[in-house]
Amino acid sequence: MSATATRARRRVRLGSTAIVYLALLGVIVVGAVLVGSVGRNFFSDGNIRDILTGMSVLGFVAVGQTLVILTGSLDLSVPYVVSLSSLLAAETMRGNPANIAQGVLLALGVAALIGLGNGLIVTKLRVNGFIATLGVGLIVKGYLDTVYKGSAGSVPREFQLIGATGLGPVPVSTIIMLAVAALVFLFLRRTRTGHHIYAVGGSVDVARLSGLHTARPVIVAHVLCSVTAALAGLLLASRLGVGSPTVGSQGGYDLLSIAAVVLGGTVLAGGRGTIWGTIGGVAIFAVLDSVMSVMQVNPFLKDVVRGVVIVAAVAVYTGRALERRRPRFGAKGFHTTRSDSGPGPSAGPGLDPAEAAR
Amino acid sequence: MSESSGPILSAAGLSKSFFGVTVLKGVGLELYPGEVHGLVGENGAGKSTLMKIIAGVYSRDDGTLELAGEPVEFTHPLQAMRAGVATVFQEFNLLPERSVAENVFLGREPRSRGFVDTRAMARQTAALLAELGIGFIDPDSRVSSLSVAEQQIVEITKALSFDARVISMDEPTAALADNEVELLYGIIGRLKARGVAILYVSHRLKEIFDLCDTITVLKDGALVSSGPASGLGTDELVRRMVGRSISTYFPRALPGTVVGEPVVAVRGGGNHYVTDIDLDLRAGEVVGIAGLQGSGRTELAEAFFGAVPFSRGELVLGGERMPLRSPRAAVRAGVALITEDRKAQGLALGQSVRDNALLVIRSVFPGRTRAARRSVPGVLSSLEISSRGLDQEVQYLSGGNQQKVVLAKWLATKPRVVILDEPTRGIDVGAKVAVYTLMRELARDGVAILMISSELPEVIGMSDRILVMRDGRLEAELDAGSSEESVLAAATGTLTDTRGEAVL
Repeated sequence: MSATATRARRRVRLGSTAIVYLALLGVIVVGAVLVGSVGRNFFSDGNIRDILTGMSVLGFVAVGQTLVILTGSLDLSVPYVVSLSSLLAAETMRGNPANIAQGVLLALGVAALIGLGNGLIVTKLRVNGFIATLGVGLIVKGYLDTVYKGSAGSVPREFQLIGATGLGPVPVSTIIMLAVAALVFLFLRRTRTGHHIYAVGGSVDVARLSGLHTARPVIVAHVLCSVTAALAGLLLASRLGVGSPTVGSQGGYDLLSIAAVVLGGTVLAGGRGTIWGTIGGVAIFAVLDSVMSVMQVNPFLKDVVRGVVIVAAVAVYTGRALERRRPRFGAKGFHTTRSDSGPGPSAGPGLDPAEAAR
Repeated sequence: MSESSGPILSAAGLSKSFFGVTVLKGVGLELYPGEVHGLVGENGAGKSTLMKIIAGVYSRDDGTLELAGEPVEFTHPLQAMRAGVATVFQEFNLLPERSVAENVFLGREPRSRGFVDTRAMARQTAALLAELGIGFIDPDSRVSSLSVAEQQIVEITKALSFDARVISMDEPTAALADNEVELLYGIIGRLKARGVAILYVSHRLKEIFDLCDTITVLKDGALVSSGPASGLGTDELVRRMVGRSISTYFPRALPGTVVGEPVVAVRGGGNHYVTDIDLDLRAGEVVGIAGLQGSGRTELAEAFFGAVPFSRGELVLGGERMPLRSPRAAVRAGVALITEDRKAQGLALGQSVRDNALLVIRSVFPGRTRAARRSVPGVLSSLEISSRGLDQEVQYLSGGNQQKVVLAKWLATKPRVVILDEPTRGIDVGAKVAVYTLMRELARDGVAILMISSELPEVIGMSDRILVMRDGRLEAELDAGSSEESVLAAATGTLTDTRGEAVL
């Protein structure tokens, strides 16, 4: 393979994360114009605060969901973990600032156990992630519905500040969420387990043949996903002042988080995707929501818009992924690969990746 | 124990059978450090099985394997890798979405202070690549952006990172262009200089003679000979490999077969993958297509079948211009395609034999379902499918019986044109003969047949006319009974050198 041909083939192609942020930019521009058209300022402190606040809860859940999806699994139990952790925290704190640490640790610990359960069911019992977490989610939901008839517990003022304060227009909760995202980014990039999450999601066989414990990354991803869902629950408890058994399911965090991850360019089958893509996906949803609120769009129409965005995004990614088999000839029969590789046989037998992949 | 003079790997009396069929009978060979050991034989001679036993993919039924004088028992490929026995398979074990360095060090990522040291990983990968004399692969580039040849280099680099003392290569040049083969030669030279023992499996005799110090010949699962390459000529080697005449294997045209008018004619056909296709398929004629992997053979079949239609030129079927824009249109027009990958493209594995046999009829000609349903048992029994009944799921059938179900599915449509892409891949000899016989019967009944095959004896033994594809074009048309050398010369574009490239 001559160097020129190699270079030509690696011509810069926008990564999926770059596309997500371009789309975000587009949504912001269109949103700003629309908001401006009704005489409001999209870039006002208040509006920016609304958007960033809207990002934080879904952001926590989606960051965890990204990990799980990268391994090729799914987590449908997140909304119930969100609700459960809000209740555990609020009931443990009982309005007393001295109990804050205890409440937070209990909520995170229980969530980690649920995640461990999810991970073990997926890896050891070999139940598909979709079903395993659906089942565990129902179990948690059943517990919540049996034990709680409504909101319970209360969180102290000090804890409520987390959800209420901000640095300028940037809410503290959003900063924490982004910090968690940054940690997860480092985890994926700089730890073996992080690398192995991609490997297991990319191909279990290759991972096994390379000597990986293929269960471990999946279990770790599930645990971390439940823990970030619990962080979302803690944030909601801080905003509401109480724990609520329905706050998670009302938010629709299961499907919305999966949608945000996929919108962020992560492949649902696993093995490919980034945390920052997911954050971009979450931001697109937050901007859309904010614009539609300002425009006072009918709530049912909101879901229509969200749905269109998700389907369109995946259609775009799939279209790109399908062009695996490179054309050998152009529309009029001219050789497309000859021009940049010279008359050598480098465009000849064997360079067809689709053929070789079979 | 003196490692310097003794073999690094020695196998003796290796035997293996699958489902009662012996595929390897008491085979032994010895690999020495710094030596390239060629392993040759026809398809089905047992080369792959032998390699996989050495790699720890299969466990042997009998025999011994010693690494540096110590008996070893590999039950997992990783065990073999760790012991220094690496294998570069034709199907790569790489993660396409990850970088070169991440693939090379997968599972053994270098760390400093508990964190993966991505820079050290890239540096060490670059160093390994440099040892192979490769400067043009960026350790940070994604594997999916690399060519097949470059991916193969990544596999070799991964083997090297395990400090492999033995590297087996399964048809490493099968998918490479000429200049890439040169590159591989260079890499093998460097591996030799490092004292690595190389087991080199190839069909291309020129490479075997260029590279190998020792040559082992297998035939029908048994050892024919194992000895130094010097003094062994091409003719002698081919004789040892073949040892059986082709005509006993391939049935002749049946009496009453008449080559008639063209059923399909393509003029100037082309799309993104093939071009300048001028081809007539006549009733009663078997046309064979040869060519290297990636030469556009499968794409040609897909164009005829409307899966990736011709975008240029003209296709005339049964006297009418017919653009065949989709497989559905092709099936309606009487074209059938037996795809090369029957599990992925030919069968619904979880469905019954009957449902698979009726698949096309039900979806394209629902009105004929009732009649077809009655005829299915007869078609299946005439093909001698052995199954536990029509309700058995096809995934539990052997490869040969699965292929017969695919054939039954298409016979039910009463096609005028039958295209077979690698029709005998991965099936036993008995089933192969059944497929050949069926082709002859179809030809007698006036069906036009296009057969694509990588096995040259098959192309030569079955075809009335042989077309050779190269680089998306029909490179040459040869008569029935042409030599393998001439077919291969056309396929590789080395018409001048007809001696070296005998392929079986």
